[in-house]
Amino acid sequence: MDTLNLSWLLIAIPLASAGVLLVLGRRVDRWGHWLGVLASAASAAGAIAMLVELLGRGAADRSVGVHLFRWIPAGDLNVDAGLLVDPLSLTFVLLITFVGTLIHIYAVAYMEHDTDRRRFFAYLNLFVAAMLVLVLADSYALLFLGWEGVGLASYLLIGFWNYRSDYAVAAKKAFVMNRVGDMGMLVAMMALFATFGSVNYETVFAAAEGTNQGVLTLVGLMLLVGACGKSAQFPLQAWLGDAMAGPTPVSALIHAATMVTAGVYLIVRSGPIFEGAPTAQLVVVIIGAITLLFGAIIGCAKDDLKKALAASTMSQIGYMILAAGLGPIGYAFAIFHLVTHGFFKAGMFLGAGSVMHGMGEEVDMRRFGGLRRYMKVTYATFAFGWLAILGVPPFSGFWSKDKIIEAAFVGEGWRPLVFGSVALLGAGITAFYMSRLFFMTFHGEKRWNDGHSSTPDTAIARTPVQHPHESPRLMTVPMIVLAVGSVALGGLLSIGGVFTSWLEPVTGVVGDHEPVLPVWLLMTLTLAVVVVGLVLAWRQYAASSVPVIALAGSVLTRAARKDLYQDEVNDGLLVQPGQYLTRSLVYGDRQVIDGAVGGLGRVMVRLGDVTRRLQTGYVRSYAATMTIGLVALVAVVLATRI
Amino acid sequence: MTAFVPPEIDWAALTPILIVLGTAVLMVLIEAFVPTRVRRAVQTVLAVVALGGALVAVAWRWGVVQSQGGSELVGGALLEDGPALFTQGVLLLLSFAGVLIIADRYQGEDAFAPTGAAIPGSTYEEEARRAGLVQTEVFPLTMFAVGGMLVFPAAGDLLTMFIALEVLSLPLYLLSGLSRRRRLLSQEASLKYFLLGAFSSAFFLMGMALLYGYSGSIRLSEIAKAVPAMAGMDSLLLAGVVLVIVGLLFKVGAVPFHAWVPDVYQGAPTPITGFMAACTKVAAFGALLRFVYVVTPGLTWDLSAFLWGIAILTMVVGTVLAIVQTDMKRTLAYSSIAHAGFVLLGIIALDVRGISSVLFYLLAYGLATIGAFGLVALVRERDAEGNITGEASHLSQWAGLGRRSPVLSVCFALFLLSFAGIPLTAGFIGKFAVFSAAIAGGAWPLVVIAVLASAAAAFFYVRIIVLMFFTEPATTADGRETTVVAGEGLTTVAVLLCAVGTVLLGVLPSPILDLAASAAKFML
Repeated sequence: MDTLNLSWLLIAIPLASAGVLLVLGRRVDRWGHWLGVLASAASAAGAIAMLVELLGRGAADRSVGVHLFRWIPAGDLNVDAGLLVDPLSLTFVLLITFVGTLIHIYAVAYMEHDTDRRRFFAYLNLFVAAMLVLVLADSYALLFLGWEGVGLASYLLIGFWNYRSDYAVAAKKAFVMNRVGDMGMLVAMMALFATFGSVNYETVFAAAEGTNQGVLTLVGLMLLVGACGKSAQFPLQAWLGDAMAGPTPVSALIHAATMVTAGVYLIVRSGPIFEGAPTAQLVVVIIGAITLLFGAIIGCAKDDLKKALAASTMSQIGYMILAAGLGPIGYAFAIFHLVTHGFFKAGMFLGAGSVMHGMGEEVDMRRFGGLRRYMKVTYATFAFGWLAILGVPPFSGFWSKDKIIEAAFVGEGWRPLVFGSVALLGAGITAFYMSRLFFMTFHGEKRWNDGHSSTPDTAIARTPVQHPHESPRLMTVPMIVLAVGSVALGGLLSIGGVFTSWLEPVTGVVGDHEPVLPVWLLMTLTLAVVVVGLVLAWRQYAASSVPVIALAGSVLTRAARKDLYQDEVNDGLLVQPGQYLTRSLVYGDRQVIDGAVGGLGRVMVRLGDVTRRLQTGYVRSYAATMTIGLVALVAVVLATRI
Repeated sequence: MTAFVPPEIDWAALTPILIVLGTAVLMVLIEAFVPTRVRRAVQTVLAVVALGGALVAVAWRWGVVQSQGGSELVGGALLEDGPALFTQGVLLLLSFAGVLIIADRYQGEDAFAPTGAAIPGSTYEEEARRAGLVQTEVFPLTMFAVGGMLVFPAAGDLLTMFIALEVLSLPLYLLSGLSRRRRLLSQEASLKYFLLGAFSSAFFLMGMALLYGYSGSIRLSEIAKAVPAMAGMDSLLLAGVVLVIVGLLFKVGAVPFHAWVPDVYQGAPTPITGFMAACTKVAAFGALLRFVYVVTPGLTWDLSAFLWGIAILTMVVGTVLAIVQTDMKRTLAYSSIAHAGFVLLGIIALDVRGISSVLFYLLAYGLATIGAFGLVALVRERDAEGNITGEASHLSQWAGLGRRSPVLSVCFALFLLSFAGIPLTAGFIGKFAVFSAAIAGGAWPLVVIAVLASAAAAFFYVRIIVLMFFTEPATTADGRETTVVAGEGLTTVAVLLCAVGTVLLGVLPSPILDLAASAAKFML
């Protein structure tokens, strides 16, 4: 009990550290980054202590509310700030603090030459604190505080190098698109409050059963809008690719492992609401399915290493959302995949950062190739992440993704066939584009200028000379740790269903469900499509040469390169009409409102110039004014009487 | 012939007034008997302690009145009820801050002439300045004024009210003439204030006489009782009421009885201007509130045109003339006239909420006023030799102040925003309360005008902010430039008090609003 009562420290420590780093400023430049690492590590240690405490209890007692203080006392709306420690939130806490700490350590070396490293760590700590608020909150209101906090941190970190205007624009784009999602969250909260008079999980979930399905559907859909914004799901996905403008550790922590998975957390946490609203659940599954294909297709065409990984993140979160939409049967696997994904994707992002570090910040995969000989550790760790995301047994991804595909095939009617097939197809495309990425970077011939070998290709010869090298220990160690997770975590947590039974107090006990096709067949099919994808990628990107300048490509390739025209669609559908509207409003404001205000001002000034002449400075005229005024007033009053 | 019956006196209830007036008398003795060296320190400490003590006494009486209800004191000459005590509390709080500013010095010089009796510019005056003479009479005079102000809103009959009016006014006439710099302007202000004040006192007395003729009593409650029995003598009653109200309107600076305000506010020593602008107005509105709410409810129909006209004129003239001013003190003076118009809205409302909203508004306005004038006193001119001279009160001299003295400028901007009624400041809540009370009282056309006037007023408040923060400082031809002096810290304390109050009342107004609401009951 005592340990859990201190759970607020998990949030307070990184928050305090962020405050110290920001307030003390340049004075702590020398050791500020280590303070940041320490704060994150302290939270991780606390999380482990909480895990021990919770494991020591029976499954039924593993959900503990910690009341902190009364937060918003406003008439009917009373919100207490309280934390909810249960297996679900603790899973997230462990993921955030553990992976977060590794990435903090990595960033110490990665950001070494940046003069603003301290500020970077302040923001990272701020992010960790906000993300912990998000997952530990016991009400939607407090969750929203964390939700906005991570949005802020994300904005600050994407635009960390905001002297480059396109980076600043990327940050703004992420921020604005997240606002759209936040509107959904707010509407959902208002609807909850209007219906239940509370936004506390406990109250809401207890009352959800038996509530009007229409209300629950509205709430569910609005929560989904929020989730789409935060987790870069269709149709609010456009910001994630641009978010790669942030330093790579940010991409690994925020835009791969933790923040973007908040939408999955939200849907799983709101399980009782979605279970009462089958329509909303169906929409969730559809969104997940669309996004998983969408991201996978984009991933096939991207030449920017980080953007390809971002597309893959989008696609993988599509899997999680899909699983979360399937109801209790999918919750545990959604979270399971989220955890394994957190490891292997963060590992690969750190690997990408290591490659960029060694290649002079180059991100174009067409200018990599054959790097496996120069960066052995990066290569090996990346390879484990790659095998994990492909779902090759016995790597982590196999245990989680395979289960999601299985779950997608459960059900009746058309749904299992459609969603199952999409998930299966997605696995194949994933195998293709991840292998493409892997081979283009580490295999094949060199497509960069090493300074001595004569290359016939002028496109290569004209680029600066590269000296690829392995990254320092501070960077490789976190990569190795994450690679270990990519290899073994999935298998370890699957032994005897440890992870699913750990989550059972939250996700509910699920009986056996038989997929519409036999399990062995599904597994074989999955492996088959993966192998097909891998072989195709090998033939095209490892066995044959890759042009340095991208070919024009087919219609689909060109569309995928442009993110399937998501920006154009947004632009035509929203931005331009919006700009037209604001322009006309501005015009109206200038002409009508400002005109009236300015006119009032001018009239006043003229009036004032006239009246001030009455202020002569002579007492006699003042006294005369008073007398005349008095006489007039008495006359008026007496006149009303007559 | 009836025998004289001495009234029963509840001394406990008189504590706040007794403390202040007793201290004032004691201060006169100190002037006579305490050596010059320590006189100033003794007077300052005594003033601060007395005002603090009186504030505690008011708080204590507040508790008593809350539990036992209001009561008549000294045979009905004074009344102790919610509005009286609330007004007294506000007055003491504001005069506390005011006295701190009055007592502050820079390089050993306070804001007052070394000796008030000297002819401006004479050698005698210069010698007195070099000898370091100090006019410590300022403190007892201030205390007497505060004493009068405390009695003013608590007066139960017109005679007491009149005496309070004179007790508070006479010291202020004197204090207005004591400015250290621009002596002639100051003396002119003093004389104008005195002459016009005497003139308006005559109105008040005349009204009192008419009302006595009508009702046979000078007691507010008796006059109120006589109002429904208007038969044939109604012109006597109406003229009397109008005259008395006019006498009070003079003190609050309502148009067309406002002409003295800009001249006096400009000429008086700035700390006194702040004290006067805040406290006199609070006291006078307290008295006006009582008179209007106790005596005239039966006359609403007859008086509405009169009061509406005054309110509209006051708001519009105050705002319009403030826009064209170029002197900081005159701008603030016209702004205070406009504010008097806004407060009149709450008085015209004749609604329970009107009382509480006026009380709240007065506190909000008083805090910002004291703070703003306190800061004006710190912004000085520096001549080419580097000597600090008088106040840099021309608006253009405030240009670019935000960059050199950010803290001062931010505080000043805060007070201006409060004047303008921008949310998160006390001024916004005050305006909102008064306007909604006026709407509840059916005076929505007035509220429309008030909102328009507020919008226009925001123009010149914001203009000053723009001037401070976004304009390059201009240098004058003779090498004078604007500088900010630090003082001894007393002004800083007072200004911070006002700034914190302004923000607190803007962010968390409910405790004070509730307090004002529980005060909103006059005893008859």
